[in-house]
Amino acid sequence: MEFFINFSYIIASVLFIFGIKMLGSADTARRGNMISAIGMLIAVVVTLLRSDLGYGWIVAGLVVGTGVGVVLAKRVQMTGMPELVALFNGFGGLASLLVGWAEFARDNDFSDSEYPVFTAFAVIFAVLVGGITFTGSLIAYLKLSGKMSGSATIFPGQKAINAIVFVAIIALGVVFAMTNAAWALYAVVFLALALGILGVIPIGGGDMPVVISFLNSFSGIAASAAGFVILNNVLIVAGSLVGASGIILTVIMCKAMNRSLWNVLFGRFGATSGKSQEVDGEMKAISPEDAFYVLEAAESVVFVPGYGMAVAQAQHAVKELGEILENNGAEVRFAIHPVAGRMPGHMNVLLAEADVPYEQLCEMDDVNAIMETVDVAIVIGANDVVNPAAVDDPSSPIYGMPIINVYQARTVFALKRGQGAGFSGLVNTLFFRDNTRMIYGDAKETVTNLVGQFKE
Amino acid sequence: MVLILLLFVFVMAVFLGFELIQKVPSQLHTPLMSGSNAISGITMVGALIAAGSLEGDFGKWLGLAALILATINVVGGYMVTDRMLGMFRSKKK
Repeated sequence: MEFFINFSYIIASVLFIFGIKMLGSADTARRGNMISAIGMLIAVVVTLLRSDLGYGWIVAGLVVGTGVGVVLAKRVQMTGMPELVALFNGFGGLASLLVGWAEFARDNDFSDSEYPVFTAFAVIFAVLVGGITFTGSLIAYLKLSGKMSGSATIFPGQKAINAIVFVAIIALGVVFAMTNAAWALYAVVFLALALGILGVIPIGGGDMPVVISFLNSFSGIAASAAGFVILNNVLIVAGSLVGASGIILTVIMCKAMNRSLWNVLFGRFGATSGKSQEVDGEMKAISPEDAFYVLEAAESVVFVPGYGMAVAQAQHAVKELGEILENNGAEVRFAIHPVAGRMPGHMNVLLAEADVPYEQLCEMDDVNAIMETVDVAIVIGANDVVNPAAVDDPSSPIYGMPIINVYQARTVFALKRGQGAGFSGLVNTLFFRDNTRMIYGDAKETVTNLVGQFKE
Repeated sequence: MVLILLLFVFVMAVFLGFELIQKVPSQLHTPLMSGSNAISGITMVGALIAAGSLEGDFGKWLGLAALILATINVVGGYMVTDRMLGMFRSKKK
């Protein structure tokens, strides 16, 4: 039976490998996810065949976990997807922490284990990485869902404190490996949880997608470490696959913002930029009624959606306006910045939900090439990804980040709730340009208003 | 010897993970992240073993908590990823 179980683990691992591979390309992604889910099912089912298990607690855990998971997954709005992924990720990290801890708690002693020192270190590692993943993901969740300020929290001596905590964890880990003292493990649990919080609070909300991706990689490493604690090959393989591919994905995301991972994690982006920059000119408002006349005459229109569209749940109204404009003879495009919204591809998900035709979705580079011929660019709750400071202000923290060059369009309408700065705290010079008109108010109401005027 | 074999497997899997994805269109970043996040819920297997353990009270409680959390991660993660990808598909036809 043990051979059969381990052989099935190999099959599960192969399915995970195919699953991740297929998730990376559009045509196969959904099947890939299905295949990896089948791998997971196999791994779980064959584990239950072990002869040394009592089923009472297992059934309870499976029922509760499945129930909660299904409810969360069904109920989430597409706009709330980023924070839900952060939350799931945190749960996975905490689970790995607990698995490592549970192995020790069985008899508070590793001396009769085959590799006492190694196992103790593996426990420490699972607890450390799992703990950071848990609290770090929770902070990311709180920042993304707006339950906590998105701006970076900085205090003096922050880096020194983090370094001290980290060194203390290593020292305690050594103590634990040598003596199997339970208090050392508890201290590591506590400090790891603290380190997750300390590590993520200085990172601005705009970088949370990268942080989640990075912590996703961490949760894989934690699972792998837990696998070494209980000497289980499928945990090790699946965990390290996620750990390694997660790092690659994180780097790809950073490249889309033209920044390094180091800069994202330790650059304190979003804290230094809070100081008000002086901008020439003023923001000019326009009423939806006047905007309607401009749009009616427009021959080409580009929508640039951002997080504001997600917050206002405006995607369906936006799609309707796009249809109307197209029937009115305008060429309609949706320009999607790779990191618009709170997660890469966030806007693709929302617009897909609203059934925007695939041909109208344009990549940043394609749209920028024709931007000068565009009559009206409608910016819906996007901010940093259209900020011309990234192109012309070397002192700006986002200088060098590729943006959608809406400032080159003949007219720009910026739909925005108020005059405040964006999520990153940066002043957007786009709003002060001569060809920009602000339409204040809730994006959904504004767009619905415009749709209504076309129908009259 | 078991340990060395597992370390060997670990190193190979890490290298494989590095090679597995290279160019991913940005619209797939979120589904890929949430899909691989569900895979990291594999720790559920460890949680099953801990929660089903026939000895040790405190360890079983820890195992139960781990099992609940990991199951949420796995079930929720796969479902959410599928929902997202389903939306991409419907518009492509």
